[in-house]
Amino acid sequence: MKEVKVLGSGCRNCETTYKLIQQVADECGVTLALEKVQDIAAIMAYGVMSTPGVVVEGKVVHAGGVPDRKKVESWLS
Amino acid sequence: MFEILGDLVVFKLLGLSGESAAGQALHFFVADTAKIFALLVAIIYVMGLLRALLSPERVRTFVRGQPKWLARSTAIILGAVTPFCSCSSVPLFIGFVEAGIPLGVTFSFLIASPMINEVAVVLLASLIGWQLALLYVAAGLAVAYAGGAIMERFRPERWVEDYVWKIHMGEAALAEPDNSLRGRHAYAMTEVREILRRVWKWVVIGVGVGALFHGFVPLDWAKQLGDVWYSVPAAVLAGAPLYSNAIGVVPVAEAMLVKGVALGTTLAFMMSIATLSIPEMLILRKVIKWPALALFAGVLVVAFTLVGWGFNLLT
Repeated sequence: MKEVKVLGSGCRNCETTYKLIQQVADECGVTLALEKVQDIAAIMAYGVMSTPGVVVEGKVVHAGGVPDRKKVESWLS
Repeated sequence: MFEILGDLVVFKLLGLSGESAAGQALHFFVADTAKIFALLVAIIYVMGLLRALLSPERVRTFVRGQPKWLARSTAIILGAVTPFCSCSSVPLFIGFVEAGIPLGVTFSFLIASPMINEVAVVLLASLIGWQLALLYVAAGLAVAYAGGAIMERFRPERWVEDYVWKIHMGEAALAEPDNSLRGRHAYAMTEVREILRRVWKWVVIGVGVGALFHGFVPLDWAKQLGDVWYSVPAAVLAGAPLYSNAIGVVPVAEAMLVKGVALGTTLAFMMSIATLSIPEMLILRKVIKWPALALFAGVLVVAFTLVGWGFNLLT
C-alpha cells in the first residue's frame, strides 16, 4: 500500500488535490494510505512553501498547485 | 475583433440600442470579457513555455544570504514574477524567516507579489496602454521597496509569533522540471488552467463593475466630483476592504479612466484593491501579531495615497 500525503493547511486547492488523488485511486482500484498534513511545521519540514504539496513514500513529488490527472496517475502506478 | 463580437451579440442579437445605458454596459461586458480571457490564455501560455513563473522555493534560494539592498531588490523583482496565492503566504513567511531573510525584505515581497504580476501588466498594457502599465509597475516597485524598508524601522521581529522561530525547514529535492518542448507545453497548459481557475471570477466581477461604471455613470461625473485633495485617500480607503486579484482590477481601471477619473486616483485605487485585503490580513495573523498587521496596513495606505497624489500632481 502506497503512502501518500497531501500537504496543505486547509485551503481550497489542497482540498481539491486530496479529492483528486482519492478519485484517481478509486478509479484505478489502488488502495492508498492517503493522509492530509495540515500542521504548518510538518509541512515546512518537507521543505515545501507553496501548498498544496504531495508526498509519495516520503518523497516530495509536487508543490504549488493542483497537480494534473496524468501526474497523479503516474504516482499511483 | 472583440468590438465586433460585442456589436453582434448586444446590438444585433439582443437588439439593444448603442445609445442606451444598458446597451453600452452590456457591450463593454461582452467585448471586454472576451478580450481579457483571450489575452489571458495567450499570455499565461507564453509565460509557461518560457518558464517565467517562479516558485517561492526558488525565490527563497535566490534571496537568502544576499546583502540587504540586493536581497530586497531581488525579492521585489522575483515577487513581481511569482504568481502567488494568498493561501501560501503563511508557509512563505515562515520559509523566509527560517532562511534568515530579514523581515523587512519579506514584507517587501508580500507587497510586491500580489500587486504586480506580469500577466496583469501585459493586460494593462494591451487594454489601456503601455505608459500606464509602466507607471503602475514603477510605482508598485517603489512602494514595495519603501514599504518594507519602513516596516523594518519598527523592529517588527517583536511581533512575530513565537512558534515561527522554532520551525525548521527541510530541504526538499523538488523534481527536476522536464525542459523538452513537450514538457514545457504540458506545463504551460497546466498553468493556463490553474491560473484561469483561480482568477476567472475576479475577471468577471471586475468587468461587471467596469461595465456598470461604463454604462451608467455620466461622463463628467468625475469632473463634478472635482479633483479635491481627499479623493485619493478616499479611493484608497474604499479599495481596502474590496478585494480582487490584480488581473480583475484592470477592467475597472479602464472604465474609470474613460470616465475621466484622475490617473493618480485610479492607480491608488487599483493598488489598494489588489494589495490590501481583509482575508489576506487574517491569514497573516497566524504568523504576526496585530500591531504588525496594523503597521503593514497603515504603511500601505500612506504609500498608495502618496503615489496617487504624486501622479495627480504630475498630470
